[in-house]
Amino acid sequence: MDKMPKWADVVLIPLISLLLATILSALVILAIGENPIEAVNLMVTGALGSTYGWGYTLYYATNFMFTGLAVAVAFHARLFNIGGEGQAMLGGLGVAMVCLYIPWPHWSIALLGAGLAAALFGAAWAAIPAYLQAKRGSHIVITTIMFNFIAAAFLNYMLVNVMRPQGSQDPATTRFPEAVHLPTFQSMFSTAENVVFRGAPANISFFVAVLACVVVWALIWRTRLGYEIRAYGHSETGAVYAGISPVRITIVAMLISGALAGLMATNNVMGEAERLVLNSTEGAGFIGIAVALMGRSHPFGVFLAAILFGFLYQGGAELALWTSIPRELIVVIQALVILFTGALDNMVRMPLEKLFLSLRKGAE
Amino acid sequence: MEFFVTLIQVLDSTIRLATPLLLACLAGLYSERAGIFDIGLEGKMLMAAFFSAAVAAVTGSVWLGLLAGIGSSLILSALHGVASITFRGNQLISGVAINFLASGLTVLIAQSWFKQGGRTPSLFGGGRFEPIEFPFAEALSGVPIIGPIYSELLSGHSILVYVAFLMVPLTWWVLFRTRFGLRLRAVGENPAAVDTAGVSVVGLRFAAVAICGVLCGIAGAYLATALQAGFVKEMTAGRGFIALAALIFAKWRPWHAMWACLLFGLLQAIALRFQNIDLGGVVIPVQVMDALPYILTVVILAGFVGKAIPPRAGGEPYVKER
Repeated sequence: MDKMPKWADVVLIPLISLLLATILSALVILAIGENPIEAVNLMVTGALGSTYGWGYTLYYATNFMFTGLAVAVAFHARLFNIGGEGQAMLGGLGVAMVCLYIPWPHWSIALLGAGLAAALFGAAWAAIPAYLQAKRGSHIVITTIMFNFIAAAFLNYMLVNVMRPQGSQDPATTRFPEAVHLPTFQSMFSTAENVVFRGAPANISFFVAVLACVVVWALIWRTRLGYEIRAYGHSETGAVYAGISPVRITIVAMLISGALAGLMATNNVMGEAERLVLNSTEGAGFIGIAVALMGRSHPFGVFLAAILFGFLYQGGAELALWTSIPRELIVVIQALVILFTGALDNMVRMPLEKLFLSLRKGAE
Repeated sequence: MEFFVTLIQVLDSTIRLATPLLLACLAGLYSERAGIFDIGLEGKMLMAAFFSAAVAAVTGSVWLGLLAGIGSSLILSALHGVASITFRGNQLISGVAINFLASGLTVLIAQSWFKQGGRTPSLFGGGRFEPIEFPFAEALSGVPIIGPIYSELLSGHSILVYVAFLMVPLTWWVLFRTRFGLRLRAVGENPAAVDTAGVSVVGLRFAAVAICGVLCGIAGAYLATALQAGFVKEMTAGRGFIALAALIFAKWRPWHAMWACLLFGLLQAIALRFQNIDLGGVVIPVQVMDALPYILTVVILAGFVGKAIPPRAGGEPYVKER
């Protein structure tokens, strides 16, 4: 028998962890001499109070959905992919190449092509760590960390020495041609008399991310491959007895994970910047870890957690604009979320399990 | 002769740049030998860098700064210990959290205390570790070959550099010649055996994590008060991860760790000095130098050049049998 009901595991524990992270964040804001309630008010109006704010919140959320799904898929196979950042960087390179060097007639076909390139480049960057883990037993956490740094150096080289237009000092590619510019929420939802999402970067790739959530859900819970991934994640020896190849599952799960992280580039590179710049990922690959932990590796949880983090990012930017609280507050909140939902999970879980056990005894 | 002067200068900066790597690498060595993976070296160094610079700037005493740096790093170590030993959480996730915590908190506190855009005021005078001149360094500098090696390369570093290099034989002695070291290594290989022998697994692991905190603290303090004069945002710049790479490269052994850190320090020194290197037509771009430590580590991890096998119980929380 389970130690506690499912709803407690899925809803109660993340909520308590989030509450603890919130309380500590409020204490941090108090400690630097600001008012936490005012800060929350500013964040809510800044991120959710207008379609402009929502446009930014959903833009960030799109990034985090992709990287969160990437970490979540790997988690199901009990692999910790810290390399989302590097895989997303390479995805950006793929998008830039496809958008710059192929003359696309229309953005819709370009989005398909760029998405494919982003996924391929991201998956390729995950392939070597995956192979080394599966075949040579090299710890995937360490290799993916190393690959993040190698990706950063590689991208730096490509932008400075290869893709930078002549005469430009800025390590970035030229702007993508007009034909591959993705429709923004502003152009999609505005009417002649009522302009919404004005100037906000949210674009059609948000729906690609939502679609990715659905596809990942179907993959993990409705296909044979997903079953094998989960079986392997639960027990390696059990999976081997069932005839599941650990090498195949490790590599396939990491390829899917890398592809999802790479897909993020359709949003930040193709949808927003419309060119490839240095550090275009802005740490979104790492936020995927917090998002996946918070969302309990379930695509719907990832969806909700991504929107929460999108809100935090946009709200944090507003805070930095109107108060003396720097944007790094968000990094602290992110750290606390990872700490409580990830590393200190047992701190919340153990007392709750005891509580539910004693409640059950009392009922019998 | 000009080549020799350049060589001495590059090696001199190699020693300076290898020092924080070495301290962090030995820190990781204690922790991982006891079975606690630590990818939070970076965060602990960063935290220590900030608090050492902040306290040194306010009090004017670099020694108080060093203490504050070690203290702040120890607090993060304690957090890592509570998460990964007491609550048996995932050590890697805890490390990731610690890195972000340090990255955010340092800027947040720096902005709140000093209002200089997330940095501390520049340190001068007693706020910094001054170079130590060896006896006769000045007099001997004219002697060919030996002179520059003695007076430029060996003499004239801050005390923390010598501490870092003395830590290497000390670590070797502690790990391989003392009872504590034997137990510490055993707890990383087979904690159940240590438990059966009546020695506290939890106690040993906390001790190892604490030593790791102290060494990371010194590494961070060195960065902010000796290598540079003050704290700037993200000043560790991935050094914690290079130290981790060096640790794997050295296969978790102290003397090898020193050589690995010197090698990676040399790569940094060359990248700093030459940017793009022209080898008779073939240009090695500076980015290759930046990426080389990581590439070498992956190659070593892949086991193509000697296999790197981590301590057997590394990363696994110990659950006492009931």
